[in-house]
Amino acid sequence: MADTTTEAGAPVAEACVDAGGSAIGMPQLCTEWYANQIFWLLVTLAAIYFILSRVALPRIAAVLAERQGTITNDVASAEEMMLRVREAEAAYEKSLADARAEAKTISDETRAKIQAELDKELSAADARIAEKTAESEKAISEIRETAVENVRLVAADVAAEIVALMGDKADAKAIEAAVAERVKG
Amino acid sequence: MEGDIANMGQFIGAGIAGLGTGLAALGVGNVAGNFLAGALRNPSAAAGQTATLFIGIAFAEALGIFSFLVALLLMFAV
Amino acid sequence: MATETEYAEGGSGLVFHPLDQFIVKPLFGDGQVYWYTVTNATLWMALSVLGIMGLLVLGTRGAGTVPSRLQSMAEMTYGFIYKMVEDVSGKDAVRFFPYIFTLFLFILFANVLGLIPTAFTPTTHIAVTAVMALGVFLTVTILGFVLHGGTFLKLFWVSSAPLALRPILAVIELISYMVRPVSHSVRLAGAITAGHAVMKVFAAFAASALIAPLAIGGMVAIYALELLVAFIQAYVFTILTCVYLKDALHPHH
Repeated sequence: MADTTTEAGAPVAEACVDAGGSAIGMPQLCTEWYANQIFWLLVTLAAIYFILSRVALPRIAAVLAERQGTITNDVASAEEMMLRVREAEAAYEKSLADARAEAKTISDETRAKIQAELDKELSAADARIAEKTAESEKAISEIRETAVENVRLVAADVAAEIVALMGDKADAKAIEAAVAERVKG
Repeated sequence: MEGDIANMGQFIGAGIAGLGTGLAALGVGNVAGNFLAGALRNPSAAAGQTATLFIGIAFAEALGIFSFLVALLLMFAV
Repeated sequence: MATETEYAEGGSGLVFHPLDQFIVKPLFGDGQVYWYTVTNATLWMALSVLGIMGLLVLGTRGAGTVPSRLQSMAEMTYGFIYKMVEDVSGKDAVRFFPYIFTLFLFILFANVLGLIPTAFTPTTHIAVTAVMALGVFLTVTILGFVLHGGTFLKLFWVSSAPLALRPILAVIELISYMVRPVSHSVRLAGAITAGHAVMKVFAAFAASALIAPLAIGGMVAIYALELLVAFIQAYVFTILTCVYLKDALHPHH
């Protein structure tokens, strides 16, 4: 590169570019441009840093924090809702169980009452039946007794008549004894 | 004539330096391939190691870029 | 030495000026470039500032809890770098986040805007990247000594290595520490320069009708690759800054 500066014939303002506007050597190594680039780089970096630290970063951080807050709140309220749902569910289950238990006691009570009434009625009916049976038996036995007595009277009368017809004077006492003996036997 | 020989030397040197770029490509391929092999064996650990992968690639690639730079310097700046 | 025009005259007739795109020119007139001259470098740096304002200030103007598209992008960029600083350098590095974010945004926007045809890319210049890399290097070194005093030098003393090896390792560590700003700056400038130069070479090949379709197809492919490289180099510069910062904040491995 050293000999390019000696090409004094061309009206070149700089050492790194030839007359045709082409680069001599690598433009990256042209020391003439370093100061310019470094200066503007520092200006650029300072500008970017200023924009970032004053405007962009606080804003983005705030947005992210706000979003995080919103999400946290939403999650918390959702959890609360969930808790309430669980509570409501538990209450519902409990009332259902209560109702079921109550229904069971009511049905049990009703059944017991009905059973008791039924038992009472049954025993009353039994008692009535027994009474009736006793009455009937008594009547039957009375009827039987009167029938035996009547047989005895009729037999005695018939025997007395038969004896009278035979021409004999009937002895009432003997006839009666004989009839009693026959009836008994 | 003398300048031609000097030019020839520059170009040959630049070509040889250019080989370094290809060799660096081998290195980068080695890093990436081994990363992939490890990542397929244990995929859950792969995500945490991508930064290491890129650092490794950067170091391997830097040397290739150095040789490319040597080639450029020989071509345009010597 | 021979200039490129001479190569062209002596060569095949194709004219290659792959490095002309990196020339710094005054925007108004053709004078000397002084340190205060408004040049094309100034223009494209200013455009990247405008781009950053567009994304981060106009984009977040609504500041809505439910973000718009642009705001979403701004928040993603913010979250990406914030998480990187936090993960790589540790929680106490968050106070350096604005500086790191500044570097990242400048490099990203300069790289991406530089891909516009006829644009000038400030990050291809070693002067620009070296200032940023030296800034990081000096900040990190001074910070390390301020925070840890002499114990910061333990960074070079690998206590896990055998005692006999430690002095050798210390020399190697010291050299690699000193080379950091060089590799940090040359990586960015070199990668971006390489991409732009390759595109220019392909463009020159496109002048010959025979291989023009191939050259143009190659340019499209390289352009896509360069778009990726523009992001990756910004990312790499930033993450290396974070790594160096971690060394300063927590030098005990």
